[in-house]
Amino acid sequence: MRKLPIDQLSALFQTLDEKEALYIPADDPAAGQARFMRYREGLEMTHALNTVRSAKDFFFPQTENLVDFKLKGKEIEIIDPRTEHEDFVIFGVRACDARSFTILDKVFLADPVDTYYQSRREHGTIVTLACTQPEETCFCTAFGIDPAAPEGDARCWIEGDSLYMEALTEKGEKFLDSVKGLTSECGDEAVRAQQEKTRKIAEDLPFGKLNLEGFNGENMLKLFDSKEWASLSQACLGCGTCTFVCPTCQCYDIRDFKTNDGVVRFRCWDSCMYSDFTKMASGNPRLTQLERFRQRFMHKLVYFPANNEGEYGCVGCGRCLAKCPISMNIVKVAKALAEEVR
Amino acid sequence: MIPKIGVVTDIRIDTPDIKTFRVVGLDGKKVFDHMPGQCAMLSIPGVGEAMFSITSSPTNTEYMEFSIKKCGCLTTWLHAMDVGQQITIRGPYGKHFPVEDEFKGKDILVIAGGVGLAPVRSVVNYIRAKRQDYGKLKIIYGSRSKDDLLDYKEILEEWMQDEGVEVHLTIDRPQEGWDGHVGFVPNYVKEVNPSLNYTVIMCGPPIMIKFSLANLKEMGFAETQVYTTMELRMKCGVGKCGRCNIGSKYVCKDGPVFRFDQLDALPNEY
Repeated sequence: MRKLPIDQLSALFQTLDEKEALYIPADDPAAGQARFMRYREGLEMTHALNTVRSAKDFFFPQTENLVDFKLKGKEIEIIDPRTEHEDFVIFGVRACDARSFTILDKVFLADPVDTYYQSRREHGTIVTLACTQPEETCFCTAFGIDPAAPEGDARCWIEGDSLYMEALTEKGEKFLDSVKGLTSECGDEAVRAQQEKTRKIAEDLPFGKLNLEGFNGENMLKLFDSKEWASLSQACLGCGTCTFVCPTCQCYDIRDFKTNDGVVRFRCWDSCMYSDFTKMASGNPRLTQLERFRQRFMHKLVYFPANNEGEYGCVGCGRCLAKCPISMNIVKVAKALAEEVR
Repeated sequence: MIPKIGVVTDIRIDTPDIKTFRVVGLDGKKVFDHMPGQCAMLSIPGVGEAMFSITSSPTNTEYMEFSIKKCGCLTTWLHAMDVGQQITIRGPYGKHFPVEDEFKGKDILVIAGGVGLAPVRSVVNYIRAKRQDYGKLKIIYGSRSKDDLLDYKEILEEWMQDEGVEVHLTIDRPQEGWDGHVGFVPNYVKEVNPSLNYTVIMCGPPIMIKFSLANLKEMGFAETQVYTTMELRMKCGVGKCGRCNIGSKYVCKDGPVFRFDQLDALPNEY
């Protein structure tokens, strides 16, 4: 383990930024909220627990060009717009968002590999930051995530007047090496003491012990046919905010945009909460908000684990709890459906 | 996600609302190989991209064919284009009919309605080309009228002339110049009364599937011997964009070919 005096944090950022693009969670005065921003001199880390939007943009951006076309009469020319990505570092990712990357990997790196995602993933180094003050909306522990020991290429703890760092992967070692001059070797006593405190707080979180027993492929039909969906979805506005802020929501649309001299085919985030998500010329299998609402939660709590050795499509970051305009969320859904399977 | 160019070399008007498009690559050869029941993403840049079943058989080594019904934005555009038009094509996508294992040596019964013949024509012609590998081939096909029968010429001049191939055609209502069977497909299945030895492939409008399946079950067929091919909205074709799922299965990747006992284990949302 290595440590750095906390007043040297800017120097650390400066050193990193000189080598490759660095992103840190900061307060964006224009947006009035915390978000990941490209580091520039003077930019400080936010004191907010987490960014309002998740960190999925780094690997799965909100919009991304897939292919360009030039059209001439009956002829079409196909242009591959992909360029090599540059290396980058994301500093200060929380444990929940770090886990979301491994969930996204299960979608985008499964055969056939999504090369757009893969390229970004290969070029990004994830440096996580342990939580010390989880909020009431946090329930990462329900998914076996330890907020005091986040995953990532390297992880950090801020304790007292020091930043403690530890590498977990080869990329993480490279990261630590690149700032070696600023840091010194140290013991892990301070970190362990902090972890103990954090874990105690996490233990008492109101939703931290959310019981998901029985949410699996075997109970798919039982859960799908539950009477609870009607009342749970009744007030849903179909606004899609939950899918927008969710770190694991990865459904996308592919659309064409006509430019002056051709067509750009891009993908962009989509939401299963929207009515046209499954609309076809011949009809729509999900006609009401009940069916669309059900799809979102069934996907995260049943379909995804059925396809991924029991891993849920949720990391308990609590963003949907904080942002849903009708205060509906995955915790309420899981609690309401629990009786169907126990 | 990056497609290839396909050139439309022939357009056949099959019915008042179905055309069959012949497609080759820029080099005049097939763009890719496929198996019966697999699909391809076709697109006109700026108009849209959608999944279509490949109606030609893999045994056709010269070109691919797509029978497409005019019903939305893209299909309307495709129906309006001329020979020589380039399109984009990517694939093949999805699981094919188990022609190399479960179907081998079996008597095969194909039940189709309307444009539902398009995805199963591929398997019919595959079996016709490899007759020695399969048992009897029985086809029950119906449509609204004689004019709506897809591939009518091929059925009359090729399928019906083959030994070991039995074709039963029906149309919904009586029509001048039609002396064949009149009536809906599900009832006709009962009349034809195939033996329980047949492995069944079924494709057509949902209502036809529903009643035909019920009739087959009544006759003693098990769901494990009846296959169908599904269709839902798709964007990526590789199980990632998240919209063509039936429960935990993606139609583009885990389907489009499903056995009815497999569908039974999934939510009824299609």
